[in-house]
Amino acid sequence: MSATTNQAAPRAAATVLDVERVRRDFPILRETVHGKPLVYLDNAASAQKPQAVIDAERAVYERYYSNIHRGVHSLSMRATDAYEAARAAVRRFVGAAHTREIVFTRGTTESINLVASSYGRGHVGKGDEVLITGLEHHSNIVPWQMLCEEKGARLRVAPLDDRGDVLLEDMERLIGPRTKIAAFAHVSNALGTVNPVKRMVEMAHARGVPVLIDGAQAAPHLEVDVRELDCDFYAFSSHKLYGPSGVGVLYGKASHLQAMPPYQGGGDMILSVTFEKTTYNELPYKFEAGTPNIAGVIGLGAAIDWVEGIGRGAIAAYEGGLLEYGTRRLLEVPGVRLIGTAREKAGVLSFVLEGVHPHDIGTVLDYEGIAVRTGHHCAQPVMERYRVPATARASLAVYNTREEIDALVGALHKVREVFL
Amino acid sequence: MISELRELYQETILDHSRKPRNFGELPTANRRAEGYNPLCGDRATVALDLEGDLIKDIRFKGAGCSIFTSSASMMTESVKGKTRPEAGALFERFHDLITSDPSQAKHRAVPELGKLAVFAGVSEFPVRVKCAALAWHTLKAALLGDPTPVSTEVSESSSGDGGGHAL
Repeated sequence: MSATTNQAAPRAAATVLDVERVRRDFPILRETVHGKPLVYLDNAASAQKPQAVIDAERAVYERYYSNIHRGVHSLSMRATDAYEAARAAVRRFVGAAHTREIVFTRGTTESINLVASSYGRGHVGKGDEVLITGLEHHSNIVPWQMLCEEKGARLRVAPLDDRGDVLLEDMERLIGPRTKIAAFAHVSNALGTVNPVKRMVEMAHARGVPVLIDGAQAAPHLEVDVRELDCDFYAFSSHKLYGPSGVGVLYGKASHLQAMPPYQGGGDMILSVTFEKTTYNELPYKFEAGTPNIAGVIGLGAAIDWVEGIGRGAIAAYEGGLLEYGTRRLLEVPGVRLIGTAREKAGVLSFVLEGVHPHDIGTVLDYEGIAVRTGHHCAQPVMERYRVPATARASLAVYNTREEIDALVGALHKVREVFL
Repeated sequence: MISELRELYQETILDHSRKPRNFGELPTANRRAEGYNPLCGDRATVALDLEGDLIKDIRFKGAGCSIFTSSASMMTESVKGKTRPEAGALFERFHDLITSDPSQAKHRAVPELGKLAVFAGVSEFPVRVKCAALAWHTLKAALLGDPTPVSTEVSESSSGDGGGHAL
């Protein structure tokens, strides 16, 4: 299993990551849980925040908080500048051509709902089809299901093989004349699979089908270049990328966003309002109704600066090594079976331990100070596919260490002592 | 093992979770209900042979954690041969036990609970209350002849509201 990404390999080799220095940036990593040092391995659910992000949010409220895009007063101009600087940082981060292609939302979920609602309603009709894959998070299933239900359309699902890779030949066969949009995860939250999204986009585009990529699990681990991928939409969340919660991003090609109707109506998304007619604002403001999470967006900008300071190539290379180490060490524990052994993986070690339910694993690990997620990871169809009710999932971030993996393995031996 | 963990995972609980009693199909069943814990994916089926108000026989099926399995197993042993109101009263006591303030849990371990008192440790683990209560909610649905599958998200509010388990 290759744990690194093809995009990341060349630059990564040149940079060595000093994990102790990285860890010093995260105050929460000095906390203890049940008297043990915190071992935080629930990063796919949400990542911890570096001091730079905490400071950036704090600085907004302490020094220049104000509403944006409105006032002529100094604070409003300062807040607006910082907010728009974060948009510029996101544009660079995903490789978009223009900042007007970057829409701030509440999170990946809202980004997907925006596209399903605004683009979907305009393009998907009775008898049409929407294509997803078998490894999607509920957030990339349910909005499309709701759309299909409303329109009398059909949701098609590209199947997975036993390792957790999407069966591309089957997927290609599912793209037909009625397919109006396709939506795929870049990285699976439950299995860790890195989808070959560039190829998947090419396959869809060859039939004229636009593609949304759910990048929630990819943005923290891989380099993302939306122009290289040529995807039509790309969605991700701030909180998994070491930024504040409650902020997300939707990248959309300007040509699509231009043609789409607004998602919500309100302030900031308008140019002029009379009771007869409202003229909508330009991109991206047309899609940003209401006062946004101003400090959160500025915090996301700080998170991106922090990530770029470490270097995404270095992060991918370091996490890849950690994932390989974790895979090897976990498999040394008798009875452990990994769920998700795709050719290319990022960040996720999902596993079951024979004879012990994941929930019981989670409770015992907690008493060892180790935070993992147990359950279906908002991906119940994935659980059904691999015939497990739930898994335990250790998910990695740049601040995790081999010693923490060792602590996890040691605790799993304790779990076996209790239950077997 | 740390003391709270030992309180939770008592030997009786581990024993029932490894070797659940009254597990499997009940060919003579005339009542059946399904329960689901969406938080962790636990599923339960409780089947009853009900004669008037009397629970003549009971079996359960399902997949879940050790707390769910042992709670279901011990529940079947406790209610077999009891009447519907007796089973309802027992559920109420049991629910009080697992949702009480941990410092009070010992006082809630009233004699009527019998072996079920070993679940007092669950009160230290609020997220595990649903695991312990799932089989009981499913039993209640079977006794009421409720055809809708039970969800702990609906029947077990996170505030641990313990009212209304009488049958």
